Amino acid sequence: MSGKRIAAWIAVAVGVVYFIVPLISTFEFSLRMRRGEYSFDAYESVFSDVRFHTTFGYSAMMALLTIVFGMLLVVPTAYWVRLRLPQFRPVVEFITLMPLVIPAIVIVFGYLRIYNSSSIIPFTASTRATDILLMCSYMMLSLPYMYRAVDTAMRTIDVRTLTEAAESLGAGWRTILFRCIFPNVMSGVLSGAFITFAIVMGEFTMAALLDRPAFGPYLQLIGANRAYEPSALAIIAFLITWISMGLLQLVSRIGRARPSAA
Amino acid sequence: MAFLELSNIQKSFGSVQVVKNFNMAIEKGEFISFLGPSGCGKTTVLRMIAGFETVSSGSITIAGQDQTHLKPNQRNIGMVFQAYALFPNMTVGQNVAFGLKVAKKPKDEIESTVKEMLGLIHLGHLSDRFPYQLSGGQQQRVALARALAIRPRVLLLDEPLSALDAKIRVSLREEIRSIQRKLGITTVFVTHDQEEALSISDRIVVMNEGRADQIGSPFEVYNFPATRFVASFVGTLNMLAGTVADAGAGRILVDGQSLVTGRDRAKLQNGAACTLALRPEAVRLGAAGPGENLLSGTIEEVSFLGAILRVRVRLGENAVSLDLFNDPAKAPPERGAPATVAFSTQDVLVLAER
Repeated sequence: MSGKRIAAWIAVAVGVVYFIVPLISTFEFSLRMRRGEYSFDAYESVFSDVRFHTTFGYSAMMALLTIVFGMLLVVPTAYWVRLRLPQFRPVVEFITLMPLVIPAIVIVFGYLRIYNSSSIIPFTASTRATDILLMCSYMMLSLPYMYRAVDTAMRTIDVRTLTEAAESLGAGWRTILFRCIFPNVMSGVLSGAFITFAIVMGEFTMAALLDRPAFGPYLQLIGANRAYEPSALAIIAFLITWISMGLLQLVSRIGRARPSAA
Repeated sequence: MAFLELSNIQKSFGSVQVVKNFNMAIEKGEFISFLGPSGCGKTTVLRMIAGFETVSSGSITIAGQDQTHLKPNQRNIGMVFQAYALFPNMTVGQNVAFGLKVAKKPKDEIESTVKEMLGLIHLGHLSDRFPYQLSGGQQQRVALARALAIRPRVLLLDEPLSALDAKIRVSLREEIRSIQRKLGITTVFVTHDQEEALSISDRIVVMNEGRADQIGSPFEVYNFPATRFVASFVGTLNMLAGTVADAGAGRILVDGQSLVTGRDRAKLQNGAACTLALRPEAVRLGAAGPGENLLSGTIEEVSFLGAILRVRVRLGENAVSLDLFNDPAKAPPERGAPATVAFSTQDVLVLAER
């Protein structure tokens, strides 16, 4: 084995140790709730907590809504930019990168100033409206990933010719978008969806400052008040992320196996 | 009034005018080819008929109805694209049914039409396949069936055979023509391949630099080209530079040798330079018959093309190419050997300057 290869394997080993050892430690600690023996008591405690179910369910629902409305925003935008407004591409790409640059706390303080109960659009005046505001903030957070995933999927199909073919057959833009374009960028949409799910489930700042019963603040609350349950929750959160990433890989693989006609 | 009429069509992209004063009247059931090099405007005209490009000025009517400002999905025009454009998420059957479902046709009508169309293209057994499971030729036939399923008033084909290999191109173009004749659909076919255009069209529009240089049957366009461009683009052509010796008698000097043209004498002016055109198939090696022209030269090149031998004879400044059938019993002419070429006076075309 050459020197370069040995060095590469050493780098991999160091990286694995750096990431895996803390995980193993966390998992091991989560099994120590019962003195003297390993047990899943911490996990039982978590799963029997009503707040776990409530916050997990709330965040899962928010994730689902974020994905649906995000798709309805991003797919037509990416389609329109690709088809009619290629000159706006750099502008749209810049906008979708903004959430990566501006800290969440700055964004949510901006929300509170614009949408507080004394403004002309008082979203924070009611629970339901605050939920909508939170969903919009999640959409914005997931924008960089969702837009890129969908745009990449659109590159694999000849959007212009498919659109013209559908138009020549009498289709309007709604039919074209929902029957010709959406199904053919589904791999990109699903990739963006899984990333969005992972982001929403773990998000803390916006949910906490908008005072909504999301999973992120629950994780922080448990972390501040319990010993073993936070470790169990950390492992559960990691599992959710890994399952999302795994499904993303599966969808990408299926998308590659069935080539799209250009 | 013609079925499809294009009147004074102009199209500009910014300051660049790509279609200049294009006029065309197409009768119902006609098969018209737009033939020309890349960038001549043929696809732009087709896309204006389809509604994918707006018209800068002029009008397009179908069956007397003005289509100029209608959206593509309001024109009832079928279109077949170079890149097939089948919907990857739909099976062959679903692709063909798409236009019918958009038009909200009854389910049994959709089923019977799909079956009819797939039968027309002999792909009924592939109804459940997806486009990625088909060959290029099969995909293009499905695209044709899809375009025909909606019973369009006009069928447009934008270089549908360009992406296919040579053998499939030949068989598929014959199939397209056969289907078009059967259904009697007015068809406009865009191609840069002259053989395609000549073999399947009722009429050909030869386009150059945004203009229609000539509109005529394949016979007319090939044998009586109206301009130098048409003569050189359609078929192979020998072009000879000469000087008019006697306009009235049609006598022209080419490399010091005299020949006579039996046509286009009105274009000749005594003492003026002129360009003559001669098809290779009109020329033969050997002695001249009664009333024929005879020019002497040297064999410059002999190219073996399989069934054909292409021989080039150098006269002086000019050269003449001619085709001989391959004959295994006869040795090909030798390079450098003296030769005479003979051709009828009626086969000499005098070209206009453009």
